[in-house]
Amino acid sequence: MSQVIHTPPPSPAEAEDDLTALAARYGLSVSGARPSLPQYIRQLWARRHFITAFATAKLTAQYSQAKLGQVWQVATPLLNAAVYYFIFGVLLGTKHGVSDYIPFLVTGVFVWTFTQSSIMAGTRAISGNLGLVRALHFPRAALPISFALQQLQQLLFSMAALVVILFCFGIPLGISWVLTIPVLFLQFVFNAGVSMIMARMGAKTPDIAQLMPFILRTWMYVSGVMFSIDSTLKHSSLPHIVQVLLEANPAAVYIDLMRFALIDSFHAKQLPHHVWAFALGWALLAGVGGFIYFWKAEERYGRG
Amino acid sequence: MAEHSAEKIPTVIADKVDIVYRVYGTGAGRGSATAALNRILRPKKAEKAAGVRRVHAVKKVSFVAYKGEAIGLIGTNGSGKSTLLKAVAGLLPVENGKIYTDGQPSLLGVNAALMNDLTGERNVHLGGLAMGMSREQIRERYQEIVDFSGINEKGDFITLPMRTYSSGMAARLRFSIAAAKDHDVLLIDEALATGDRAFQKRSEERIRELRKHAGTVFLVSHNNNSIRDTCERVLWLERGVLRMDGPTEEVLEAYEAFTGGKS
Repeated sequence: MSQVIHTPPPSPAEAEDDLTALAARYGLSVSGARPSLPQYIRQLWARRHFITAFATAKLTAQYSQAKLGQVWQVATPLLNAAVYYFIFGVLLGTKHGVSDYIPFLVTGVFVWTFTQSSIMAGTRAISGNLGLVRALHFPRAALPISFALQQLQQLLFSMAALVVILFCFGIPLGISWVLTIPVLFLQFVFNAGVSMIMARMGAKTPDIAQLMPFILRTWMYVSGVMFSIDSTLKHSSLPHIVQVLLEANPAAVYIDLMRFALIDSFHAKQLPHHVWAFALGWALLAGVGGFIYFWKAEERYGRG
Repeated sequence: MAEHSAEKIPTVIADKVDIVYRVYGTGAGRGSATAALNRILRPKKAEKAAGVRRVHAVKKVSFVAYKGEAIGLIGTNGSGKSTLLKAVAGLLPVENGKIYTDGQPSLLGVNAALMNDLTGERNVHLGGLAMGMSREQIRERYQEIVDFSGINEKGDFITLPMRTYSSGMAARLRFSIAAAKDHDVLLIDEALATGDRAFQKRSEERIRELRKHAGTVFLVSHNNNSIRDTCERVLWLERGVLRMDGPTEEVLEAYEAFTGGKS
C-alpha cells in the first residue's frame, strides 16, 4: 500500500530561504506562538465549558473514594466550624469585644479559606499539571481560573453549612443577605487574578509553592479572621499608615463585607472606610492585571 | 521537484529545527544548595556551574509535510522522535530554526485531562471538552466513542469509575476519546501499541479515516508493520539527526539493516 509520492526534500543548505518562503506563500504560522490578547480572550471564552467541567470534575473526584461521598462537601466545613466553636467558644470563651463571635469567626474562616485555597491551587495550577499542559492545547489561563472556580463551588457548600450555623445562633434572615452575591463575585475575580499571578510565578519557580503556606498564614493573621480589625484599631496606637494598610487589605475587605451581609449585629460602622471601592478596586486590579500578567508568558508554560 | 511541491499544499514545515532540553539538578552540582543558589542568582551565566545539563535532543531537522500524507517517524529509543512531535504541536520551544504549521497540530493524547476517580462517561465529556470539542459535538459522538472503545462489550462499564478498568480498557477508551475529533494535523505517539489485535486493527482504520478527512498524520511507532500499513513516507531520526526521509519501503529497509533486521 506504500507508494512514492514525492522525492526527499532538498538538502538543508538550499532549504533555508525556500522553507521560509514556502511557509509564507501558503500562509503557515509559527507553531506555538502567543495569541494576541483579544484572540486569547476569545479562545478562553470558547473553552468556558471545559473550565466549568474541569472544576466540577475536580470537586467531585475529591470525595469519590469516601463511603459518604459528596456528603463530605458540607460535612467538612461543618466539622471545621465545630472545631473552632470548641476551641474559641467553649475552651477559651473568647469574645474579642465582638457580639455573635462564633458566626463572626466561622464566616471569617470560610471566606478566608476561599482566598487561601484559590491562591494555593493557583500556585500549582501550571507546575502541578504539566502533563495536561504538555499534551493539549488550550489557553493556559483556563487552569488557574478553573481552580478558583472549584474553590468557589467549595465555598458555596460551606455557605450552606454556614447558613445552618447562623440559624443555630439565632441570626435572622435579612435583606442584606443579597449582598453576598456581589461580594462573592468580586472576591472570586480577585482570587482568580491572584491565582493567575501565582500560577505564572509557580510555573517558573515551583519552589514558591513551599513558601506560600507561610505567606498565607501571615496574611491570615493580619486579615482579622479571628479578631475584629475595627475594634482593635480603636484601642490601639498603631501608626496611621499601618491602620490604612490593615483596612485596605483585600482579604479583610471581603471578609468584613461578608460579615456585614450575613450577621445582623455586624454594623456598617464596623466596616473599613471606602470598603466597596476597595472591594471593586482590588477585584479589578487583580483580575485584569493578573490576566494580562499571565497571558504575557502564555507561550512559555510547560516548556523546556 | 520544484513543480512537484508547488501543486501540493504544505501543512507542516520544519526549518532547521534544534531542540534543547535543560535539566536541573544533575551533573557536578547535583542539587546542592550552593548550586541552587547560583542558579537563582545568575540564571544565564552559571548554567553549567549550577548543574544544569543541556540535552540536545533534535539537531537541524528540516522537512516539509503535505496535505493528505501519513508520515511515519522511526528511530531507536531516545532518538528524538517524541520530542520532535511535541515541538511540531507547539508544546516544546525550539532553540533554533522555525516550525511553521497550518492551523493547530494536535497530539493524540488526552490522558492527562482524564480523572481516574470519575466514570468513563464523565471522562468522555471532560476529555472532549479538553480537546476543544463543543458540548453538542460530544453529545453527537458519544455513542460512537463508547462503541469504538468496546468498553461496553462486556457489560455496562462506562458508568463505572475509570480506576476500575483494566489497563487495556483504559487505554482503549483514551484512544477512542482522542480520535473522536477531526484534526488538521494529527500527531500520534505509539498509540497503536495499546489494546488487543482487534482494537489495533480498528485504530489503524480510524487513522486512515482521519487522514482522509483532513490533513496530515504523523505516527511515531516502533512497530514497523503498523508504519507499513498506515504511512507512505517515513522520516528516520537517529541521535536527533534526520538520517533519511523517503518512501516507506526504502527507509524501512535501510532502518532494518541498521538495527539488525528486527522489525
